[in-house]
Amino acid sequence: MKRGRLLGAYTGLVIAYLCLPIFVMILFGFNDTKGRYNFTWQGFTLSWYRHLFDIGGLTDALVNSLTIAVFATILSVVLGTTLGLAIGRYRFRGKAGLDLMLFAQIATPEIVLGASLLSLFISLGVPRGYVTILVAHVMFCIPFVAITVQARVVGLDRSLEEAALDLGATPLVTFRKVTLPLIMPAVLAGGLLSFALSIDDFVTTSFNAGQTSTFPLWVYGASRIGVPPQVNVMGTLIFVVGVGFAVVTAFSNRQTRGGREVGAR
Amino acid sequence: MRSLRSRLAPYWLALPGGMWLAIFFVVPMFFMLSLSLQTGDTLNGYQQTFHWSTYSDVLSGYHVQFVRSIIYAVIVTSLALLISYPMAYWIAFRAGRHKSTFLFLILLPFFVSFVIRTLSWQFILADNGIVMGPLKDLHLLPQDFHVLATSFAVICGLTYNFLPFMVLPLYVSLERIDHRLVEAAHDLYAGRFAAFRRVVLPLSLPGVFAGVLITFVPVASDYVNATILGGTHTTMIGNIVQTLYLTNNDYPAASALSFTLMGALLLGIFAYARALGTEDVMQTAAAR
Repeated sequence: MKRGRLLGAYTGLVIAYLCLPIFVMILFGFNDTKGRYNFTWQGFTLSWYRHLFDIGGLTDALVNSLTIAVFATILSVVLGTTLGLAIGRYRFRGKAGLDLMLFAQIATPEIVLGASLLSLFISLGVPRGYVTILVAHVMFCIPFVAITVQARVVGLDRSLEEAALDLGATPLVTFRKVTLPLIMPAVLAGGLLSFALSIDDFVTTSFNAGQTSTFPLWVYGASRIGVPPQVNVMGTLIFVVGVGFAVVTAFSNRQTRGGREVGAR
Repeated sequence: MRSLRSRLAPYWLALPGGMWLAIFFVVPMFFMLSLSLQTGDTLNGYQQTFHWSTYSDVLSGYHVQFVRSIIYAVIVTSLALLISYPMAYWIAFRAGRHKSTFLFLILLPFFVSFVIRTLSWQFILADNGIVMGPLKDLHLLPQDFHVLATSFAVICGLTYNFLPFMVLPLYVSLERIDHRLVEAAHDLYAGRFAAFRRVVLPLSLPGVFAGVLITFVPVASDYVNATILGGTHTTMIGNIVQTLYLTNNDYPAASALSFTLMGALLLGIFAYARALGTEDVMQTAAAR
């Protein structure tokens, strides 16, 4: 028992260590700092929350990040879900190649993903900007959606869809009324993951951004001359919204699944 | 008609996503390979000259950073494994119904941008920041003592940033272990340590394998930590690739270097997988 408690305390310590930078970020968003050197505590202020959008470049970068994340999520959910359905449900010529491609993409270091895509754009003379960032984000999100959906499809009971088809539903109606609701949790999970990956991506984006800036790129660029407190505030708001969203999703999952799980135990 | 349609269905479903990956992931690899064998400059254009010596040039020019990246990655992966294992063990075996709460707490950093997290460590470790400032004021540390711009700071930052990557697969493999096996070991007079060493540890090895793999690869190719927390003596291979591409516009050298990096990592992964079993590699893919 004693050993269990010791390890428990240790776990608490490591979690505190993991959360320390988050705490620092939130705290220094309230720091009444003069100038751009937000390093020492000067007193409490809410002024950075009031002047959140005062830095034009930063606001533009945040807007870019948010819109790219939305578009990338929509595109990769559509492309990844259909791909996941194909490899999860059917056996066909070329499936092994697709599996290998997905695995290779996930195993490839991000810097190589970014660098090779940049090589393509350079060789073809494609100017880098908003669209190339979006293309890159969709590329690295698709495998995550596809693998999540595939895992769900493999465990599905096909007889439900066969019943729908036997009752005269067209394949499209069957997909919309039967298959899609069944795989919805995986589609949602894949979508959330895509959004999170896209909004936080730095490496691949920095290679393919050209003159366009995103939130992580702007912060990285500003780090040499001192990061303004607005960055802390935006980081805090993204953190709060993200955590809130995750908690709500987890609780609603628990409620819908709860009965079954209790029954199983 | 219906059979033909259902035979074609997987192709139609796989086509859009598969094409996107083929065009923007597979094809670019060939363009990178081709670019690495060209000579020229941005002003006069590049010609395909199959100039293989670019590879030996970048290797001899940047082997220091290459070796440093591997050393950092080995240290960081080992540290992450040492820190994570007891924690993953405790959550899997002792946390009871609070398991998912603890996992959620470990994932909290992922809700903050990677760059901001790293900058936070710059705040924390700054020469006159919240840790060092008071210590220096109390004369517990010499005035010129610094942590930033050292290997120590870079390794700390990398370990911090990639720790959750290690915890999750470890937890998954530990959680799967049937507790009755541990009880059986105790019934057969195994002490706590013997039960752990002979039962729990071997059964958790797939998790160790997966954790090491998904920590090592991104750490070895990271350059954000080295830029924000490091100095001129902590440059990693990622920094060089990034500078060659985006600042020097030396595309042949840059692509040769990133191709070499990918080759080295793939070779490492392959050897590692051969040594420890290939099935776990696919589990790694699924876990991530």
